Amino acid sequence: MKSSPPRDFGSVRLAYINGCKDAFGIPAIILGSTYMGFGALVSETGLEIWHALLSSGINWAIPGQIATMELYAVDASLFAIAAAVALINCRLLPMTIVLMPHIRNKTTPKIAYYFMSNFIAVTGWAAAMRQCPLLPEEQRFPYFIGFVIPLWSICMLSTAVGYYLPGILPGEITMGLVFLNPVYFMLVFVADFTQPGRPTALILGAILGPLTFLLSPDWNLLITGLIGGTIAFYIAERQTRRKIRKVKTE
Amino acid sequence: MTELSSGFLTPEFLAPLAALGAAAIVTYFWRALGVAVSGKVDKDSSLFRWVTCVAYALLAGLISRMILLPIGPLAELGIEQRAGATVISLAVFFLTRKNLLIGVASGAIALVLMAKLGPL
Repeated sequence: MKSSPPRDFGSVRLAYINGCKDAFGIPAIILGSTYMGFGALVSETGLEIWHALLSSGINWAIPGQIATMELYAVDASLFAIAAAVALINCRLLPMTIVLMPHIRNKTTPKIAYYFMSNFIAVTGWAAAMRQCPLLPEEQRFPYFIGFVIPLWSICMLSTAVGYYLPGILPGEITMGLVFLNPVYFMLVFVADFTQPGRPTALILGAILGPLTFLLSPDWNLLITGLIGGTIAFYIAERQTRRKIRKVKTE
Repeated sequence: MTELSSGFLTPEFLAPLAALGAAAIVTYFWRALGVAVSGKVDKDSSLFRWVTCVAYALLAGLISRMILLPIGPLAELGIEQRAGATVISLAVFFLTRKNLLIGVASGAIALVLMAKLGPL
């Protein structure tokens, strides 16, 4: 494993501030643009600004938000919307399970994690997965909060700005804004490629995602995660075992 | 554009709330379940390593689906336009020694240009 040197911000307060600083760079620019695109999409759907803000407020994570709006626009049933969004957002379960050990500490009350889990989404998750293991335990959760709360606030603001823009913005620009998001996520994971087991899982997922979508647009992510993840897991475990055996025989 | 004075008790305001609420509830369910389950999974267990692989495969699957077979406004473009913009973005990213901002921006600009002018 490529190990980065441990980091220490010095205090819990500085951990909040550094989280905030990291969020106010590229993540804020990209998500801000993405949510302007989302705001524009909602106003084209004919809904009110409060609906756009409610969606960004309590259903934060762009793929599920777009799906909700698209399905609502074609008059899908309530059950169909709930089922589709649940399947799109099922990644949040393994993501939360994997993130929690890296942000938990002994003094924070459990209810705080339940509240903060509303802010677990790809950008903050990827940042916390990279930084938090390097930090002293008491600075990890503050770093995560310092990162995601400002980022979420920017998304709320951008949703409102985007809502009033579509008359002004040409359609191609809206497309560009919406496209920023998946391309940004892709590059974030390409940059993180060095961790063991990850390249296999990422590549298998990237291949299986669209293929299974052609078979079943609803179940594709669940199938992709289970099949791709399980194969990647077995490959990684076999490599680890082989390495241990090699060390033993030498 | 809607007027703020239209009030909160109109059907136009109330009808979408059910859809938005249902979406928010199922989304939060996964997050809360993740918090609840996480205390019971040992970080050094093979189960935890498996969940990690599943999470990464899911994320990659979602991102690649969002690019190649999107729902929403991007669906109006051809797959060759989106794939082309993605390749440009990756190439620029590596050419600029992994500069995220330039990589993402060039992909988006390439997409906007292709949407305006047609495929390169």
